Amino acid sequence: MNLTMVVNGSSHELDVAPHSLLLDVLRDSLDLKGAKRSCDTQVCGACTVLVDGQAVSACTYLAVEADGCSLLTVEGLADGEALDPLQRAFLDAGAVQCGFCTSGMLLTARALLRENAAPSREDILHYLRGSLCRCTGYRKIVEAIMTAARTTR
Amino acid sequence: MLRPFTLHRPETAEDACALLATLGEDAAPYAGGTELLLLMKLGLLRPPHLVDVKRIAGFGDIADGTRLTIGATVTHRTLERSPLVRARCPLVASVARHVANVRVRNVGTVGGNLAFADPHSDLATLFLTLDATVELVSPRGRRELSLAEFVRGPWETARRPDELLASVRLSPWPTGTGAAYVKFGVHERPTLGIAVALRLDGAGERARVADARVAIGCVSPRPMRVEAAEARVNGVAEAELGDVTGAMADAAAESVDPADDLHGSAEYKREMVAVFVRRALRVAVARARGAELSASFPHAVVA
Repeated sequence: MNLTMVVNGSSHELDVAPHSLLLDVLRDSLDLKGAKRSCDTQVCGACTVLVDGQAVSACTYLAVEADGCSLLTVEGLADGEALDPLQRAFLDAGAVQCGFCTSGMLLTARALLRENAAPSREDILHYLRGSLCRCTGYRKIVEAIMTAARTTR
Repeated sequence: MLRPFTLHRPETAEDACALLATLGEDAAPYAGGTELLLLMKLGLLRPPHLVDVKRIAGFGDIADGTRLTIGATVTHRTLERSPLVRARCPLVASVARHVANVRVRNVGTVGGNLAFADPHSDLATLFLTLDATVELVSPRGRRELSLAEFVRGPWETARRPDELLASVRLSPWPTGTGAAYVKFGVHERPTLGIAVALRLDGAGERARVADARVAIGCVSPRPMRVEAAEARVNGVAEAELGDVTGAMADAAAESVDPADDLHGSAEYKREMVAVFVRRALRVAVARARGAELSASFPHAVVA
């Protein structure tokens, strides 16, 4: 099936099978390895990408569903060498340890800030349910998102 | 990895049902895929054909009337944020906000949730207290079933192979109803979900409980209304509720049919039913009075 989508600002036309998962198309056809396959059951958030601004689990999402959509992966967050305020805040707060969850955390936070420019700590924790980090204990991730929200406002 | 399949994208319910009738058990209706694709990845289901129902006109609509009609492909996220749902069935919106995680809510649909018939479904449990009915369409026409008739058991519904779940209809509670949905657990899916709704008839100390509704999910083969527990509080004066909540909680614990599993032993689940029925009742009574309890319970979400 034909699939036309804009990924990180670049338009792509692909021929994919109906059973192709978005995660495999991004990683294998477009060589974007930021989204990770981890739990493969929509529980952990490591494969999170944004489709028209909404967070989805690319591991359990048919690629053909993204036809005509605009996608953002972690590779598209920075503007050239200039980091996104969320990336800057994650670095400054020490919100990255092993880094495996980071791309999903950043994109989930981006979706949250798009909906709610001034989230409370509780709003952030609610939104991050299903985004698992086994290193940081979440505290610094939440701090980083609050900082990024303040700098972007 | 998914096994190959053919994806059909009909634009009318008639075309979708005709496909289902022709393909029979080789086809599975598909919407958000949040449940179906997981089972297909595990190889537990291997349908050679998926019939995408998201393009069918009307399936994504929410419509007001005497009852609130929610189309089958309305996502949890839409339910959570719909001004109409918030106005007519506010607890439905706030329970939808706590289903799974935001990625599942963005994609997963109300119809998919009900048709999958997971005994742990938050929505199915809550909907039982809203006298929910489901509308099924097929080449033979339409029929309406109560949600209790539709969900037959774990992952089993009354849907025939050529039928599609088109919508669910809810009867909003009368003004003055106080309600709460409390879910408890530490796993991805809840260990227990309890919905309690009731009104207080009359003023001040003479106010009596009326129209109590109690539904319990996760701890029986399917979510169930518990009339035995409702009967213990109906007609009881608010001031005397403390005397009957123990009996109400016991009636609820005796009515459920739990199994030993990863969520805990059957005995433990019965005990938790008794504990959380009491808690949900307290929150619902406070809300019927227009107040909000500041109670928070470990490992539990109060919606």
